[in-house]
Amino acid sequence: MNDYSERLLADSSRRKDKARFRPLILIVVPLIAVLFQVYVPRFFPFISYLELPLLITMHFALTRREPISSLLYGAAIGLVQDSLSNQKIGMYGIVKTLVGYFAASVGMRFDTENPILTFILGFFFYSFHQFFYWVLTRALLGQLVNFDLQQTLLFGVLNAAVALPLFRLLDKLKVTPHT
Amino acid sequence: MEFLLNRYRNLTVLLVVVAAQLLLIAYQVKTSKDVPLLRLWAVTAVTPVERILEVVRRNTWGFVEDYFVLINTRSQNDKLRKEVGQLKLDNQYLRTELSTADRARALSVFQSRAPSKTLAARIIGNGTGANSKVVFVDRGSGSGVEGGMAVVTPDGIVGKVVAAYPTASLVLLITDVNFGAGVISQKNRVHGTLKGQGHDGTVLVDYIQNEEKIEIGEWFYTSGDDRIFPKGFPVGQVTAVRSGRNLKEIYVTPSGFQGGLEEVLIVLESVHQPIPDVEISSPGIKLTAPPPESQENPASSQTSGMFTTDADRLKDQYKQVGEAQHHAYGQNPYTSTPPDFSKLPGLREAQPPAAVAVPKVKPAMDNPGPPPAPTPRPKPVAPLLITDPTDADPNEPVLAAPPRREPKLDEFGQPKQPRKP
Repeated sequence: MNDYSERLLADSSRRKDKARFRPLILIVVPLIAVLFQVYVPRFFPFISYLELPLLITMHFALTRREPISSLLYGAAIGLVQDSLSNQKIGMYGIVKTLVGYFAASVGMRFDTENPILTFILGFFFYSFHQFFYWVLTRALLGQLVNFDLQQTLLFGVLNAAVALPLFRLLDKLKVTPHT
Repeated sequence: MEFLLNRYRNLTVLLVVVAAQLLLIAYQVKTSKDVPLLRLWAVTAVTPVERILEVVRRNTWGFVEDYFVLINTRSQNDKLRKEVGQLKLDNQYLRTELSTADRARALSVFQSRAPSKTLAARIIGNGTGANSKVVFVDRGSGSGVEGGMAVVTPDGIVGKVVAAYPTASLVLLITDVNFGAGVISQKNRVHGTLKGQGHDGTVLVDYIQNEEKIEIGEWFYTSGDDRIFPKGFPVGQVTAVRSGRNLKEIYVTPSGFQGGLEEVLIVLESVHQPIPDVEISSPGIKLTAPPPESQENPASSQTSGMFTTDADRLKDQYKQVGEAQHHAYGQNPYTSTPPDFSKLPGLREAQPPAAVAVPKVKPAMDNPGPPPAPTPRPKPVAPLLITDPTDADPNEPVLAAPPRREPKLDEFGQPKQPRKP
């Protein structure tokens, strides 16, 4: 195991380092993300590829490193998204529940402040999110929706690129122990 | 058991949460019911903020435009756009009404019914679905909006209301993959089902047999079969037609999205409209204009009632000829002289139909002026359906016979034989 791999793997002390957020931040930030997704693409349609609620869920799970709270947080954000769509309620809820759980599990093992790892995780979770949503749409609702792999991979890269500065920004909202 | 739950607490919670949501979906699918409370909370939390954002955006951007670029132009433009939209709707309605064959009936129908009652709404946000095409409008159940109402623009249909909340409504656009509506082609009146494709470009018209004839550029209108859209609203123009295994693949460009979507009309009370007819030009057949109304006695055409047909007007003209020649229709003996119908009022010169066959063609000149450049006209294949030459368009060259003298009639109505010297 070299230095780099040691840096990627979080040590035991970091595993215990669970980020804390103010309750208001926990409510307002996802609402802003959902609002952004609802409002901004009206004027800039190209920006609709951005899945901000997913990135917020990811960031919370990766920094919180607590599977139960992360999956509940993901479920809540997903249900809000479902409520604003014309799909059955629970589709985004299930997907984001799983993302929250897996991201928290990953956060316990890896140093998620590493930008390369953040990029890879952003890409992976976006692709997982889209693929699983497509599977649920076909399996549970019986809708014959096409899965555009090329577009999903491209948007995965773009979301991962956005995740880097966004996570930096969200890190500043964390409650540090000495404050 | 307790040990297992403690040991796999995370996994247990995950399974419970996922199972709960699966049950929620299963309930919705099974009962075809929604969970209105959750949606109501989310929409009520989000749409007021959207409204504020929209107001701020419009006011700030409008401020710059109004006071620094063009004063008052924006408000005037908004007002004119609304008026143009309403006029387009009215115009379309009037055009389709007036194009019906029975004008009197069309007028009475026009008087008895009004066009669809609509409510103007502004789009304030998009839905969150990955593949769905839904938008939120700023009118909800408080304004009388209900689920299932049609959403249109003056250019065509846009979508339908799938959920109405107190402050906003969710509109499913026609480009959504879950959208369906009954449509009918303008030319051959072929019925089909409109389906969204999931992208903004085109929509698909399905369930049309390969044997049916659909042309590129043809218009599709709502058929009214779906009980959502009133009949006669434009849907779009056909851009591509392909034959499939059994059914045609017809792609239509929606006309309702022209110029972007900002303001829409929600149809509160729908009124069916007729599908406008296609104007077909036939090269060899010319239908003349209706006979002119009597210049000498204009009131005579209105004696029979408020509305007169071409037949009524012709009957009046023949009646005048009979009265002028002291001929009482239906009361004269068999051997009496029939009236001379060559002296019909408004008939400038009697031109027998045989004139069509005259080889030397001379354009009739009703109005003096420079002669038009001689243009070779193809010989008509079918006989011209000209009932009265005076009814023809004065600007249209008419095949005319050389003028001939009217034959003098004897007391029996027969042409007099010239005396031999």
